[in-house]
Amino acid sequence: MTGVLTCENVTVRFGSGRPAVSDVSLSLQKGEIFGLVGESGSGKSTLANAVMGLLPDSATVSGSIRMADLTLTNLTEAAMRGLRGNRIGMIFQDASASLDPTWSVGDQIAEAVRAHRSVSRAAGRTRAISLMEEVGIPDAAARYNDVPHRFSGGMRQRIVIAAALANNPDILIADEPTTALDVTIQAQVLALIDRLRRDHDTAVLLITHDLGVVGQVCDRVGVMHGGKLLETGQTRAIFANPQHPYTRALMDANPVGKRRGTRLPVIPPEWSVESLLAREEAADG
Amino acid sequence: MADLLQVRNLSKSFAAGGPPWRRLRMKAVDDVSLSLAQGRTLGLVGESGSGKSTLGRCLLGLTRADSGEISFDGRDVSDLSGTALSEFRRRVQPVFQDPWGSLDPRWSVGRSVREALDCYRIGTPTERDARVRDLFDRVGLDPALAGRKPTSLSGGQRQRVAIAAALASSPELIIADEPTSALDMSVQAQILNLFHDLQVDLGVAFIFITHDLGVVSHVSDDIAVMYHGAIVETGPTEQVMTHPDHAYTRTLLAAIPRLADDPDPNPRRQSCR
Repeated sequence: MTGVLTCENVTVRFGSGRPAVSDVSLSLQKGEIFGLVGESGSGKSTLANAVMGLLPDSATVSGSIRMADLTLTNLTEAAMRGLRGNRIGMIFQDASASLDPTWSVGDQIAEAVRAHRSVSRAAGRTRAISLMEEVGIPDAAARYNDVPHRFSGGMRQRIVIAAALANNPDILIADEPTTALDVTIQAQVLALIDRLRRDHDTAVLLITHDLGVVGQVCDRVGVMHGGKLLETGQTRAIFANPQHPYTRALMDANPVGKRRGTRLPVIPPEWSVESLLAREEAADG
Repeated sequence: MADLLQVRNLSKSFAAGGPPWRRLRMKAVDDVSLSLAQGRTLGLVGESGSGKSTLGRCLLGLTRADSGEISFDGRDVSDLSGTALSEFRRRVQPVFQDPWGSLDPRWSVGRSVREALDCYRIGTPTERDARVRDLFDRVGLDPALAGRKPTSLSGGQRQRVAIAAALASSPELIIADEPTSALDMSVQAQILNLFHDLQVDLGVAFIFITHDLGVVSHVSDDIAVMYHGAIVETGPTEQVMTHPDHAYTRTLLAAIPRLADDPDPNPRRQSCR
């Protein structure tokens, strides 16, 4: 079965050092949420940026990234620009950074539509308002002309989601979309992403450091560490029975539900990135 | 037993705009009372804007409250000055979320830790060097790192340095404001363990300020839930976590993302337990 997005043996290097992403293969199916989980420096965002073609020139990507009929790794920058915001939607952690502070939010959503399709100003406006309604902005038409800072953090993230979904993308890449939000708002935004992908059959690549978030919405999960994809599988199966010792250690380190006044299990030193590298070198040499 | 810290009816408001003839005030801390016994941990939990950090700053003496009373070890702290104030600050130390803000980037981290010892004239100058090494050891850092600049340490190591600096003056109360929020899960576990060990070994009391109910329930003896400046619920951790009284606490609990060992795959739809 071919997926909406397929990564095969993707390796990303910055300069000549060790790869930031090393030999990662995964595929995303229509309508599923795939959680890519890992700690800082695990390479999860670099992999996502490779898919979006947002890596700096200093990065070299090998392997192939395919989206249905297209091989993204062969595309020119101009062709990638035609895909981003169109067939690939993106949302990031900091919604204010994705929005222009001086533009009305409505115009920004309309621009996302008009950048890729030739529709009239009025049609863009109508579409933006219906998107704002869809992501749960109360009184959408009246708030069309408000600038971003008039919205709360959670509402701003909803606006970014509206803009990302404006052209019904096949894939939504969400890089830590709820990390800056309060837990109650996080739950709402996750529920929104969950509902939207069901309504539109969008495949979602959800990047997060939070296993709880994965448990809440992801159908499948991949655990990254030191640039490698250690294991992938159904979320419930992995949580019930993690195969890789690092995954197990990461789950055990989560304080939620652990007995109070006890020490938390920590990730054993043999799974630190340093010892991982040392082992590789020993294997190579 | 007398409480180490007693707070009664503390309030603090900030100017929040409005025309000069009708200034608006935002009540950041609204009539808060709490108490903390020696060697215990109180978890102060709330979302952004709930006033938890302002309360923490008032307790540290970094922000002056509008009204109410804070007494530490039986003494009202609002009118302290000179040596009494310095002694209060020695006994109550902060740890913040961002160790960058606590460490001078041009100083070696050893010097930052030593500064507290110099400042409070603890031990002779030669003893202080040994004490810095002890403190590094105490927080699980290799004393050889003392010569490094903060930039060459990892986030977890920097937070350990900040904790060592807080411990330097042998405080009886540490007020930790989101001390693990910037850290990876695996590093967070190490820092939480460190707090646990410090409490067992040194009998330090903690006020642990965080937005994360999962973390707070793991470390706290008691929990106080803040909402819009007020403490809406307080009690022993087990009680608050299993039988929350206030609707807001129930909302918060229902929003904790859980791992899938939960019987219900959709925890957010569950009512709280």
